[in-house]
Formats: sequence, structure tokens, C-alpha cells
Amino acid sequence: PGKMLTNISSLCGACCSPRRAFIFVLFVAVQKCDLHKLDEAPATEVVMTREEGLKYYHIMQTIRRMELKADQLYKQKIIRGFCHLYDGQEACAVGIEAAINMSDHLITAYRAHGYTYTRGGTVKKIMAELTGRRGGIAKGKGGSMHMYCKNFYGGNGIVGAQVPLGAGVALACKYQGNNELCVCLYGDGAANQGQIFETYNMASLWKLPVIFICENNRYGMGTSVERAAASTDYYKRGEFIPGLRVDGMDVLCVREATRFAAEHCRSGKGPILMELQTYRYHGHSMSDPGISYRTRDEIQEVRSKSDPISLLKDRLLSNNMASVEELKVIDVEVRKEIEDAAQFATTDPEPPLDELCNHMFSNNPPVEVRGTNPWAKLKSVS
Amino acid sequence: MASSLRSFLRSGKNVVLVLGRRRFHGSGSAAVQVTVRDALNQALDEELERDERVFLMGEEVAQYDGAYKVSRGLWKKYGDKRIIDTPISEMGFAGIAVGAAMAGLRPICEFMTFNFSMQAIDQVINSAAKTYYMSAGQQPVPIVFRGPNGASAGVAAQHSQCFAAWYAHCPGLKVVSPWNSEDARGLLKSAIRDDNPVVFLENELMYGVSFEMTEESQSKDFTIPIGKAKVERQGSHVTLVSHSRYVGHCLDAAAVLAKEGIECEVINLRTIRPMDVESIEASVMKTNHLVTVEGGWPQFGVGAEICARVMEGPAFNYLDAPVTRVTGVDIPMPYAKTLEEHSLPQVKDIIFSVKKTLNI
Repeated sequence: PGKMLTNISSLCGACCSPRRAFIFVLFVAVQKCDLHKLDEAPATEVVMTREEGLKYYHIMQTIRRMELKADQLYKQKIIRGFCHLYDGQEACAVGIEAAINMSDHLITAYRAHGYTYTRGGTVKKIMAELTGRRGGIAKGKGGSMHMYCKNFYGGNGIVGAQVPLGAGVALACKYQGNNELCVCLYGDGAANQGQIFETYNMASLWKLPVIFICENNRYGMGTSVERAAASTDYYKRGEFIPGLRVDGMDVLCVREATRFAAEHCRSGKGPILMELQTYRYHGHSMSDPGISYRTRDEIQEVRSKSDPISLLKDRLLSNNMASVEELKVIDVEVRKEIEDAAQFATTDPEPPLDELCNHMFSNNPPVEVRGTNPWAKLKSVS
Repeated sequence: MASSLRSFLRSGKNVVLVLGRRRFHGSGSAAVQVTVRDALNQALDEELERDERVFLMGEEVAQYDGAYKVSRGLWKKYGDKRIIDTPISEMGFAGIAVGAAMAGLRPICEFMTFNFSMQAIDQVINSAAKTYYMSAGQQPVPIVFRGPNGASAGVAAQHSQCFAAWYAHCPGLKVVSPWNSEDARGLLKSAIRDDNPVVFLENELMYGVSFEMTEESQSKDFTIPIGKAKVERQGSHVTLVSHSRYVGHCLDAAAVLAKEGIECEVINLRTIRPMDVESIEASVMKTNHLVTVEGGWPQFGVGAEICARVMEGPAFNYLDAPVTRVTGVDIPMPYAKTLEEHSLPQVKDIIFSVKKTLNI
């Protein structure tokens, strides 16, 4: 429940339209984070402005709708291969981005569509990549798991490998002295990979500005956390690295924790670890119905009690920060954007065959590539 | 003197040669003797100086001066920021190096030997080699993975494997295998200046071997193009193709065969991938006979690839005999000295194979 400041409320009255006075600034209490090797904690009284609230709503709704559209297109066999959907986890991507700059860096594993969007990819280009078209963000060469944009290093298919990569990006930030940091994400499944512990060690030794974030959605594919990890306190697994366990369904909680973590990194203290407790509505991927290892009741309970978009919506409405109508307007806008993107993604042509061998090497003269038979001599340009 | 030197070294001793290692300063005059180790060291030094984005990381590269002293003096000169000692965490630090390359630096990631690179091979292939393609050209990975490859002396099975074929199998990588000091220097500079992932296969037994280096090859901008082989010796009767240490063996065999009137053309591949097949073909079209020589195992190896390529191209019609492969024995490397010697191609094996190929 939010507390209203009556002073601000009356100020607001003066600068709103005569028909409706909204609360422009809200002080909200968010859940306390569990701490590991930390004396200080992220703020539990946080500020959300109306503008921020509407923005977070818009972005989360866009991700939600985009993922649901991808589900649809996959069932129509217009998207093929692997497709790992992010619906339910929107507050993580949006909360993180709200606390860092576009000049910071981010890397994740394969459940990456949400992050591709928050890092600057357009819905159109993301969807066209899923459908494997030339207008895709990776020109159709990468697919669902290999999307890239500025300061976003994918989209990585080998789960766990992205963690040393992220620390390497952080090393480059420290090396270049640019005060940037790298947010480096992995799931509860990957959290048991050895290379992550190698990375914790080096990132700590060298005080790299990296925020390790474990998105704990309770299941690594079909294996629940209890069956995979001897310790499910993922925020403590960094041992000598300070850690936070965060409510990953509350965008403000995520934002606040990320702010805290970013401050920690930028002050030269080295890495920090955040565990975001979150949930995915879909199965592991589109080939997993997601109900053999968990109950429909569980999924329904999360949807009704902890949906990140609903939580934000309730907060906005019950605190008079926005109206039902204007949220509907946003919904309509989002739907249109998704429809337009899907239209593009289904009609844009596939990449031309003469692109097949391109992008082998950067800054290289053209090379010849052997095709399927000795007479097939294909051309590759940078 | 050179051949007795070679036989001394072939017996397996790793000796740092002190003789004649004057540095070349100023203008004019003679070529100098430089060991492969020093050539690599100089190349690293010059490239670190030339571009501040270049840095070296690996086990013992800094304060220990390098497990094989290749990075001697660099930490003292460039400090902790540019020369980084890592814990024993190949998968982790290889990934860190790749990430740093993605974010704009130009790392040189050293594997103490390429045997240890197997721990990190996912980062080399899936994170480094494939990324430029998967991102449709948005994300280059300018990284060099270097270290000693193949057999050493008495280090047994887990420390003696040749990885040329493994890495050269993969699109997106360039794989380079220098033989002498000039190769080491010029190819390492090219590798560091290349905007793509390069696997740079050195050889521990060659580190201490001295070669004459021309004035030109000592210049700071001396580079050898990746993807171009070199004809080390002209000949008309048979083509010998090799890489790394065995180029020396081929030249030794050629010297012996010349006394019997058999003139071998010896080609030093220098680069395994992309392989300079044209140079091999041009030579075969002249000599009509081909023998490949490598230290690695025969199955699916460098020689196997050369056979396939020659069959697919114009040189096939010029062959008077099937291609012969001289390779390491198809076993894990044994420890005992005699067993080890007999696990790798010797000069006499090359001589024998040439004569069989020529039907002499």
C-alpha cells in the first residue's frame, strides 16, 4: 500500500487538467531484500513518479504482448526451433534497465527477448528475427537465442557461458576507466555451472564492475530448484561476494536493488550478486507445456497474486496515479505495435541465399567458402 | 653447425640458446640470430606498445614471466593492467577474454598448453568463433588464443596433444601454426592486428631454436599474411607440406634426399585455416607427388584435409601416386623416451615415405 503526501497532492491539483488530478509522485514501501555480507540495503521506501509508472507499464505490457504473440506464431509454425518466452518475468528486465544507463552493458542467456527490447531493440526487429527474416535484428542469422544490439551481448545459447563473458565486458569497462558496468544474468539452472564460480573468483579478485543477477524462476527446464541445488540461496552462492535476494515480481523492488548494486560497482567495491525471485508462465520453451513438473494451480496462483503488470497497475490505479482509460489507451497502442510487428515479421522475406556465407570475418577481404559439394564455391564478404 | 644444433634439440632438451643473440639496432647490415621465444616476446612487446587496447592474460604470464618465458619482461614493463595473471580457471578466463574482446579490447589469451584449452573450448568455438556470424556482423571478436601445441618432451599423454585439426575444423576461426622465428613474429603480429578470433599454435620444442632473421623481418610493422603458405625450399620431384616443428624435419629430410638426387619442394603451411591450397596445388602440378607431414594424429587431421582438397581440385590430375600422409602414431603419447620418439614422425620416416611415394 502506498502512502500519499498531501502536500504534493495539492500541488498536483494545480498542474493537471481540470477534469482529473493525479498523484504525480508516490512514496511506496517495497519488500525488504534478504542480505548476504552487506551492512547496508536497498531503500524500502521508494519514489515512483507517474511518468515512471506509465513508462514501466508500457514497457512491461509490450514485452508481455510480444511474447504472447511469439507463442501464437510458434503454434502456427511461423517461428521454429527454440523459443524461450519471458512472460511473467517482465519486472526483472524493466526494473534493471530503469536503474542503469544505456551506456552500461548487459548480457543474458537464451530467455532474451525482453532484454533485447529494453536494451534498444525494436519489437519489429525482434519478431522478424524470430521468424527468420532479413529485417530481423540479426538479419535472420541468429534466431531467438542470438539477438544483439549496442551494449547488449545477447542472447547466448550455452547456458553459463555468458557469465564469464559478462565479467569480461566489465573488465573492459574497468580497463577503459569509463565508469560503466555490466549486468550479467543467468538462471537458477545455470547457477550450478562451474564457470560461474570461476567467474565469481576472478571478478572478486580483480574488483570487476559486474552485477551478477540470478533470475530464479524456480525451475531449470523441468527440474525444480530443490532437485538441482544443494543450496537454493542463490544470492549467497557467491560466498565472498555480497548478495541480495529481491522480489522479482515488483518492478520497483528490482529497480531499487539494481540501483543499490550499481552504486556498489561504480564505487569500485567490485562485483555484487542479486537473486531475483520471479516466475515464468510458459514452460521452459515452446516445446515444454510446463505442467508436468508444476501444477496449473501454482501457475494460476502466481498469475492472480503476483503478476508484475497487475501489481503495477493496481499500484497506479489505487493511488490515483493513472486512470483506467489511459491504461487502456496504452494497451491499445501496445497491441497495435505488436500487430504491426507481427505483420512485418510474417511478410518480410527470408534473407537472400547470397547472404548465406557472409559475416564470417570482420574487416576481411572476401573469401571463398566451400559449399555442400566441391563445385559449390560460395562467396563470403565481411 | 645448424644441423648439429637441430639434432641436439631433437633429442628433447629444451635449451635457451644464448649464442649469437645480438639485438639489431640502427641502420644497415647483417641479419641476426633470434630464438622463436624471443621473436614471440618482441612481437608481443611491440603490439602492446602499438595499441593500448591489447593486453595479455593467462596463467603465470605476469610475475612468473611466462611458464615458458615467452612473456618475459612484459609485466615489468606494462604492469598489472596489461599483463594479467589468472587463477587456474581456463573456462572462466577464456570467457572473460572473449567478453573483453566483445566490449572493445584486444585480448591475447594464453593457454599454458593447448591441452588445457579443452576446458575452455566452448568459449573459443561458441562464444568467439560463431558470434560475428550469429550477430550478422554486429559483434566482432578480436581475440588471439595462443600457447604451445602438440608434443613436448616426456610430458606424456595428457600434455602432448595436437589441436590443429580440432580448431581448424571450425568456421569463424583462423588457425595459425608458425615454424621459425620469422613466422612467429610476423604471424603473431598479424594475429593480434586481426579483428577476428585467431588460434595461434606455438610449439614448446621450438621456443629455444634460433633462426636467422632479416632486417626487414625485424621491423615493427613486419607482418606475415594469415592464409598464405611459404615455399621454404624449391624442388621438382616431390612436394612436402608441413606445419610447425615438422617443417624443420622436412628440410632435414630434403637435405639427405638431395644427396641421392631427389629434390624436394618443402612448403611451410604457416596457416592451417584458411589453408593455402593454391600453393600446394601449384607445387603438385610441378612435382606430381605429395607427402604431408604433421605431428598430430592421422584420423581427420591436417594431412587428411590436404588429401581431400587436392582430390577436389585441379592438382589431382597431376598426381602420379596417391598422396602420402606422415603423422604421429595413432595412440596417446607414451612417456618412455624411446616410445615417445617412435610416436612422432622422424626424419627417416619422411625419407622412407618420399621414396615409397616416388616408388624408389
